[in-house]
Amino acid sequence: MIEIQDVTYRYDENQIDLALNHVSLDIREGEFTVILGHNGSGKSTIAKHLNAILLPSGGKVLVDGMDTMEEERLYELRQKVGMVFQNPDNQIVATIVEEDAAFGPENLGVPPQEIRERVDFALKAVGMYEKRNEAPHNLSGGQKQRIAIAGIIAMMPRYLVLDEPTAMLDPKGRREVMKTLRYLNKEHGMTIVLITHYMEEAAQADRVVVMDHGQVIIDDAPSMTFANVALLKSVGLDVPQVTDLMFRLRQSGVYLRHDLLTIDECEQELEKRLREIKEG
Amino acid sequence: MLTDITLGQYLPGETVIHKLDPRTKILLTIAYIMALFFVNTIAGFALCAVFMGCILKISGIPLKFIIKSIKPLWIFVIFTAIINIFMTDGKIVFQIWVIKATWEGIYLAVIMSLRLIFLVMGTSILTYTTSPIVLTDGIEHLLGPFRKIKVPAHEIAMMMTIAIRFIPTIIEETDKLMKAQSARGADFESGNLMARAKAMVPILVPLFVSAFRRADELALAMECRCYHGGDQRTKMKQLHMQGRDTGAFFIAAVSITLLIGIRYLPGLI
Repeated sequence: MIEIQDVTYRYDENQIDLALNHVSLDIREGEFTVILGHNGSGKSTIAKHLNAILLPSGGKVLVDGMDTMEEERLYELRQKVGMVFQNPDNQIVATIVEEDAAFGPENLGVPPQEIRERVDFALKAVGMYEKRNEAPHNLSGGQKQRIAIAGIIAMMPRYLVLDEPTAMLDPKGRREVMKTLRYLNKEHGMTIVLITHYMEEAAQADRVVVMDHGQVIIDDAPSMTFANVALLKSVGLDVPQVTDLMFRLRQSGVYLRHDLLTIDECEQELEKRLREIKEG
Repeated sequence: MLTDITLGQYLPGETVIHKLDPRTKILLTIAYIMALFFVNTIAGFALCAVFMGCILKISGIPLKFIIKSIKPLWIFVIFTAIINIFMTDGKIVFQIWVIKATWEGIYLAVIMSLRLIFLVMGTSILTYTTSPIVLTDGIEHLLGPFRKIKVPAHEIAMMMTIAIRFIPTIIEETDKLMKAQSARGADFESGNLMARAKAMVPILVPLFVSAFRRADELALAMECRCYHGGDQRTKMKQLHMQGRDTGAFFIAAVSITLLIGIRYLPGLI
C-alpha cells in the first residue's frame, strides 16, 4: 500500500500557492486508480511523489511502509514503483525493442538468464512480443508507449504509475494503451495509478480521484464520481458524453438513473424509460 | 523528404563474417590497419587485394557498396599523390621550372593511394557487417580492462547508443519543423549559400531547444528505471567467442604474417 499522509508541496519557496495542499490518499494493492484534474490541479505533482522524483515539503509518503525520504533505499523504491511518462520517444533508451525492455533489469543487476525471461514476459504482457527485434522508431505511438510500459513491467514493480501516458497518442493508440493497462490489472493483479484528463479512461477504473487546486475533492467509484456532474464542471472537467446526455435529460425533468457509464447501459435505461412513458 | 532512414551503413546478413563476435572483428580490423603500414610493394597490395576479395565474397557485400565507400576518398588520394610525386627526390621524369616529378615519387604515390584505399575498404567491411549496437557492445567490452585507468567504457557506449537511438527521432523532428516553416513561407531551396544557411536558423533553434528538453526527460526516465552508471550492471545479451572466432584469428594471423613477410621476402632470397 502507498500511503500519502498530509502531504504539502511547493515548487518554489517564495510561492504562496501550494502545488499540493494537505493531501492524504491511500493507494491500495490491486486497485486501478485514476487521478483526474485540470491543468495545474496537482495531479502530476502527486504522481511524482510516489517514486521520490519529488519529495514532500511537509507530510510523508510511505510505500509499503518505506518513507520516500530515505535516500539510501531510492533504487529499491523505484523498482517497486514504476513510472511511465507522457512522451514515449523520450523514454526509450535502446535501438531494439527487447534491448529497451532489458534496460531496467540490467540496471538492477539481474542475472542475464532471468532478464531474458522477464523481457519475454513483459513484452508478451503488453502484446509486443512479435515486435521484439524491431527498431522503436518504426513503430506507432501506441506501440512505443506499450514498449515503455514493458520496460517498467520487466523491473517487476508492485505499483505502476502512469503520468498522462495517452496525452500524445491518437485515439487508436489510446485504446491500445488502455486495453493493456486493464489487462495488466485484471490478469496480473498489477496496481495501477493512471493520471489523465480523459473522462472515458477514468470511467474504466475502479476508483476515481479528482483533484483541484492541490486538493482531493472527490475520491469514489467512477459511477458515483460522474454522478456529480455539477461539481466536475465547476472544476473545469468534462464528463463522459453518455453521462452528460443523461445529466441534461435529468435536468429537463426525465427521471433517469445517475450512475451509468457505458453506452450499452444508457441505451437500456433510455429504452426502458421510453417504454414506460409510452405505456403511460 | 527525409524518410527511409538507415542507421550507419549496416547491411544485415547471415554470413560467417556477420556472425563473428564484434570484438574479433574490431581487433582484427585494428591488426589489419597496422599490417597495412608494413606493406610497401605492389606485390604486397596484390596479396592484400586477394584477401579483401575473399572476405567480400564470403560476406556477400556487393562490390558497388565498397566502391561507394571509397569514392569520397579521391580528394585525399589526389592530394597525397601530388605531394608524393613532386616532393620526393630521385630520378627525374619531367621538370617544369622548379617543379620536378620523380620515378620514386610516382611509386610512393601509388603505394600511399593503395594504402588509403585498402584501409577504408577494411574498415567499411567492419561497419557493413556489424550493426551499430553490436559494434557499441564490442567497444564497451574491449574498453572494459581500461576502466582501471579511469576510461569510462560503459558511459562511452551508453552515449553512443543514445546518439544512435535519437538520430531517427531528431531527423523526423527536423522534417516536421521544415514543413511547418515552409507552410509559413520559409524558403530553403533558393538563394546563395549564405541565404540558405540563414534560412536554417529558424530550424536549428527549435531543434536545439527540443533536443535539450528531450535529454532532460530521458534522464528522468532513465533514473526512474534505476540507471546509475555501469557499476553492478548486468547485460541481457552476453558476448561469446566461438569456434569461428578462433578460426578467424588463425586465418588473420597467417594472412598478416604473409603480408608483412612479403616486404622482407626479396631480401631473404
